[in-house]
Amino acid sequence: MASAPVNKIIPFSLVDGPGSRTSVFLQGCNIRCAYCHNPETQQICCNCGICVDGCPAKALFVQDGRVVWDDRKCVSCDRCIKVCPHCASPRVHMLDAQEVFLRVQKNIPFIRGITVSGGECMLYPEFLLELFTEVKKVGLTALIDSNGTVDFSLYPELTALCDGVMLDVKSWEPQVFSALTGGSNEIVKSNLRYLADRNRLEEIRIVCLDGRVDAEAVIRGAAEILAEKTALQKLKLIRFRRFGVRGSLENAPSPTEETMLNLYELAQKHGFRKISIT
Amino acid sequence: MDQVMDIITAQNLTYDQKLLQLAQAAENSVDPLHVSDKFRYYFEKGALCDMNEGKAPYRPRYILADFQKFVQNGSEFLRLKPPEDLDDLLTSLCILYGHIPSVTGRPVYVGNLDKLIDPFLEGVSDQEASKKIKRFLNFIDRTVANGYCHANLGPEATRAGRLILDAEKELQNAVPNFTLKYDPDITPDDFGEQAVLTALSCASPAFCNHRIHGQTYSGDYGIVSCFNILPVRGGGYCLSRVVLPRLADLASGVEQFMEELLPEALQALGEYMNERVRFMVEESHFFDTSFLVKEGLVDPDRFVGMFGVAGLCECVNTLLKDRGGFRYGRDEEANDLGDRIMCKIHGFVKEFPAVYSKLTGDRYFLHAQAGLAPQKGVTPGVRIVVGDEPDNIMDHIRHSARFHRFFPTGVSDIFPVETTARNNPAAILDLVKGAFSIDDKYLSFYTEDGDLIRITGYLAKRSEMEKFSKGVPVLQDTSHGAVNNYRNNHVADRKVRF
Repeated sequence: MASAPVNKIIPFSLVDGPGSRTSVFLQGCNIRCAYCHNPETQQICCNCGICVDGCPAKALFVQDGRVVWDDRKCVSCDRCIKVCPHCASPRVHMLDAQEVFLRVQKNIPFIRGITVSGGECMLYPEFLLELFTEVKKVGLTALIDSNGTVDFSLYPELTALCDGVMLDVKSWEPQVFSALTGGSNEIVKSNLRYLADRNRLEEIRIVCLDGRVDAEAVIRGAAEILAEKTALQKLKLIRFRRFGVRGSLENAPSPTEETMLNLYELAQKHGFRKISIT
Repeated sequence: MDQVMDIITAQNLTYDQKLLQLAQAAENSVDPLHVSDKFRYYFEKGALCDMNEGKAPYRPRYILADFQKFVQNGSEFLRLKPPEDLDDLLTSLCILYGHIPSVTGRPVYVGNLDKLIDPFLEGVSDQEASKKIKRFLNFIDRTVANGYCHANLGPEATRAGRLILDAEKELQNAVPNFTLKYDPDITPDDFGEQAVLTALSCASPAFCNHRIHGQTYSGDYGIVSCFNILPVRGGGYCLSRVVLPRLADLASGVEQFMEELLPEALQALGEYMNERVRFMVEESHFFDTSFLVKEGLVDPDRFVGMFGVAGLCECVNTLLKDRGGFRYGRDEEANDLGDRIMCKIHGFVKEFPAVYSKLTGDRYFLHAQAGLAPQKGVTPGVRIVVGDEPDNIMDHIRHSARFHRFFPTGVSDIFPVETTARNNPAAILDLVKGAFSIDDKYLSFYTEDGDLIRITGYLAKRSEMEKFSKGVPVLQDTSHGAVNNYRNNHVADRKVRF
């Protein structure tokens, strides 16, 4: 059975897709967004041990050269993730799909589905396939929250099984994407088309930030690809917030209400009808 | 007579409030009920309580008039013909409300308003209907002016229902309190979500499990006051209660509590309720003389005595204080004892012969009583004390559902939620669906940023409470109690969800 490093499971979430859902956050990401609001999910722990000594609850220790986390002692003070120089977290458990499913199952009948997020959850496609197979058996829906840099067309079975993908389209011009994330967005665009063609595009998300994100270009580009499907496509315009952000953007201001409304109007002009601002 | 002079000279009461308090003082100047020594003993200890209903009951605590019948027949006594259009309807209802008594002196039930209004909307535009509905709702708010007053909606979605929800959102009134009879098999999701959004704006409506409560009585039911489930065309005679923490204070141990104190106190309470009901039916002549009865808007055979339970939480915590310190809501040992106590009370009520209780098979029905203003250390009904709520709302609701099963005439929970929940009303509706599928009976939500706040079940305006605290008269008399209740029940510290 496939396992994945699980950073967190939120039993009852209101912000990860339609209705109430259990959200599963996997550890590890393949890009480095400057505005990442949970940078501690980017890397897998390298067992350097820097976080261990200062833990006020003595919830961290080293065993056989590995950093071990005792979640019963943990007081969630977040000190360990603040001192980690590697953008990782010691508070991660390797869980297989069945173990995660059992935790999800406890939340029935209060949830309508699950959303797997990250980090980048598409780094663990076998795990997702096994987990989704289980949750679909009990009538829950399964959504993927992805940065879109992993090629969905390589995983047709998973794409067909999931109920949709919330695709983070971070920017449109390659150089803007590269400056923001350190990666390439060629696959993001092909995923957009691939998922839309298969009715698996639950939502397009754009984190809006003046000067760093070409949100206008994303709106125009996505509308062009979606063509007649644009009106039915959910689009979420997310205001950048500095909460959790480290590095060059940690003090960057959020876009103004006016900027967001302008983007909203632009999206309308390009045919989007299901637009939300958060 | 000091008390009478205090009322007469008070500077923080309106004229209407003085009148009602003087009426109660007059009622309490006589003492016609034959009450047992056991009741008096437990009453003095605070373990049994008459809810200050008055010493000589001359009208039922709660009346749920059959407004549908009124709409069909009009009223001979009030010289009103059956209404022919929306204006007729709303005016007739306003007139009738003024003649329906209750323990508060004002009506506690104004009807399943959407169902009453919807048939009169044919040919009336949304805009026109909305204007009239708002006027009507304001009339109730400003004249009834008591938070126990309740209106019902649903379970079906109607145009009137949608207009009422929209109006409520705009008006931000505390009166009437609204409850949506909700059944996911009947109520469409979009209407349910509109109700959630309304609740997150003005703390109302609450959600009642229609699938379960619809089976409580033969015939229609309604929700009144602090979530009392009662028969329409009838009501509740009285609500008397056992205040479990004060009974636990008298106990030498769990077994003595279970085997001696509880049975004795319950017996005394049952007999006391029989005496209240007997007096009301046989001596006050309410049912012989009221036009509501003569015109069939109320049927004397459709009244229920509510056997109240309050403070299960502190009762359990007190009994277990020296036995491991287990806490109700947190520890299974405590929850199991709570369950045992409730089974005992339920068993008693199931067997105790109630007078004049035809509809309920000569029995009283249990009610999870939601509190009395000046009281400290008595958490409403079977709720978990503020501060001990489970971290996970799903665990909280599972606990609630376990204890809701004992109560046919009303039991509920109140959840303050973050304003962000407004972005996803479907998620809150999912929670309601999940709760009701495991037989939770009743829940309500409000956001912390609004002026309206749920106290025990009724709504109060923070702004009124603040004014009254400063000694200024305010419109709603329930704001008076709300001030104490807000403080004593630590309402501000309720765990905010999401």
